[in-house]
Amino acid sequence: MKDTRFARFVVFVNAAVPLVLLLHDTYYHRLGANPSEFAIRTTGTLALLFLIISLAVTPLRKLLGQPWMVKFRRMLGLFGFFYAALHLLIYTLLDRSASVRAVIEDVGKRPFITVGMASFLLLVPLAITSTQKMIKRLGGKRWNRLHRLVYVAAAGGALHYYMLVKADTREPLLFAAALALLLLYRVLNKYLPRYTERKPARPQPRRAQSV
Amino acid sequence: MLIKKPDEIKASEITDKDIYTSRRVFLRGAMLTATALGTGWLYRHFATPNQEGAAGEKIADVKTASGASIPAIPDARTSYEDITHYNNFYEFSTDKRLVAPRAKNFITRPWTVEVTGLVHKPKTFDLDDLLKIAPLEERVYRHRCVEAWSMVIPWVGFPLAKLLDAVQPTSQATYVALQSLADPNQMPNVRSGSVLDWPYVEGLRLDEALHPLTIMATGLYGETLPPQNGAPLRLVVPWKYGFKGIKSIVKIRLTDSEPTTTWNHDNPQEYGFYSNVNPEVDHPRWSQKTEVRIGEFGRRDTLMFNGYGEQVASLYSGMDLRKYY
Repeated sequence: MKDTRFARFVVFVNAAVPLVLLLHDTYYHRLGANPSEFAIRTTGTLALLFLIISLAVTPLRKLLGQPWMVKFRRMLGLFGFFYAALHLLIYTLLDRSASVRAVIEDVGKRPFITVGMASFLLLVPLAITSTQKMIKRLGGKRWNRLHRLVYVAAAGGALHYYMLVKADTREPLLFAAALALLLLYRVLNKYLPRYTERKPARPQPRRAQSV
Repeated sequence: MLIKKPDEIKASEITDKDIYTSRRVFLRGAMLTATALGTGWLYRHFATPNQEGAAGEKIADVKTASGASIPAIPDARTSYEDITHYNNFYEFSTDKRLVAPRAKNFITRPWTVEVTGLVHKPKTFDLDDLLKIAPLEERVYRHRCVEAWSMVIPWVGFPLAKLLDAVQPTSQATYVALQSLADPNQMPNVRSGSVLDWPYVEGLRLDEALHPLTIMATGLYGETLPPQNGAPLRLVVPWKYGFKGIKSIVKIRLTDSEPTTTWNHDNPQEYGFYSNVNPEVDHPRWSQKTEVRIGEFGRRDTLMFNGYGEQVASLYSGMDLRKYY
C-alpha cells in the first residue's frame, strides 16, 4: 500500500503554489501595468490547466498501472473549480466594478463571456457532488455519468479562451488539443484496453515447491 | 547446545528508530520542497513579473509643444515603467509583458526610411536626417488601446506633415501607407510566420496624416524610444486606437486608394480602417464605453475621439462613424 496521504499533501502544496505566488506578487505590486487583467488571465489559465490535469489522472494511472493515483483526481478537479471561481470573482469585482448587473449584461451581450459563464456553472454541481457522501447517495454509475460534464466544462473553458484572444490562438488551441487527446484516450480505452492499460503489479502468489 | 548465528545483526548496527524517522522526514521534506520549487519555477516562467528591457537615451533638444492646437491633458502621466513594460508589439510577443525583454537587443541603427509612391521627391532617409526634419517637441497624449486600456504618454517627436512636406505628395495622393520592419532574425513571430501577416502595415487618409496632432514619435519621457515602444520611429495618432500607431517604420508610401492594413485585413468586422476611438461603437466582443487607465483602480469613461473631438471631428463630418468604424 502506497502512502497516499503524503503524496496527496505534495499535490495539494504544489497546486497551491500559484495562488501563493499570485498573492505575493499582488502584495508587492508585481503584477505589471494592468494588475486586474493579469490576475484574471492567470486564474483563468490555472482553472483550465487544473481541469485538464485532473482529467489526465485516469489515463496516467491506467497507463502506468498505478491505481492509487486516482486519489489525486478529486483534489485537482476542485483546484480547477477554485481557480475558476477566483477568476469569476476577480472579473466581477475589478472588471465589472462589483456590479452583478454589469456581469449579467456582459453574459447576455458577449458570446465569449456567455461560454465562460456556462462552463463555470457546469462545474458547480460537480464541485457540490464531489464528496464521498454524495458519491454514495448518487450511486457510482450516476455519479460517473454526471461527472463526465467536466469534459464539456473544460472544452467550454478552452473555447472561451479561444474566442477572447485577438490573433494569437496558439495557447487556447494547445489546451483544446490536450483535451482532445484525453478524450481520445477514453474512447480507445473503451475498445482497446489491452493497449491502453497496464495491470497493476501484484505480488506473485507463492508456488508450491517442487520436490 | 550452542547455536551460532553468524548472520545475526549486531544490536549496534540496527538503525536507530529516531534516525530512521528523521531520515524519512528529511526525504519527504526534500521532495516537497523540490516539487514546490519546480512548480514555482514553472509559474514564474509563464507568469513573469516585469523584466528589464533596453533603456532609452536622453534626447538633447526637446521643445515643449507649442500652439493652442495641442490640448493640455490634466491627467497624471502614466509611469515610465508601465509605458515600457506593457506593450503590444506582436512581432516580438503577444504577451505584453514579454515584449520588453524580447526586444532588448533590437538594432535600431543604422536605420533608413524609404518614402515612395505618389510623391514628387521620393527619398530614402537616414534616421539622423529624419531627426533634423523638424525640431523635436514633447507631446503629452492620451493613448487608448482597442483592448480598452489607456495611458497618458509624454511622446517626443515631430509632425508627420513635416516629413510629407519634404517629399511633396502629388495631387493624386490621398492615402498614406506605413510599413514596419519585419526581420525574422530579430522578431520571433516573424521568424515563425505566426499570428499576423507580416510585415505590419497601417494607413491613414492624407488629411489625417497631415493633421497637426499626428506625429512621428522618436522618444518618450525625454529619452529615445526603447525598442518595445517602436524604436527608432513610430506613428502616433492620438484620436485613434493604439494599433494604428505603427512601430519601427521602414517604409512610407503615398497612394490614391485605401491601403490594405494588417488588422483590418485580418479581421475586418472587428478592426476598421479608420478605428477612431468611439465609445458608441463597441468592438464585437467587448464594450468600448469604458477603459482601464493603467495605474488607476477601476474604469473611466472613454471619450469620443479619445478627447480630441474639438481638433479632429471636422475630418469626419458627414461620415457615418458606425459604418466607417
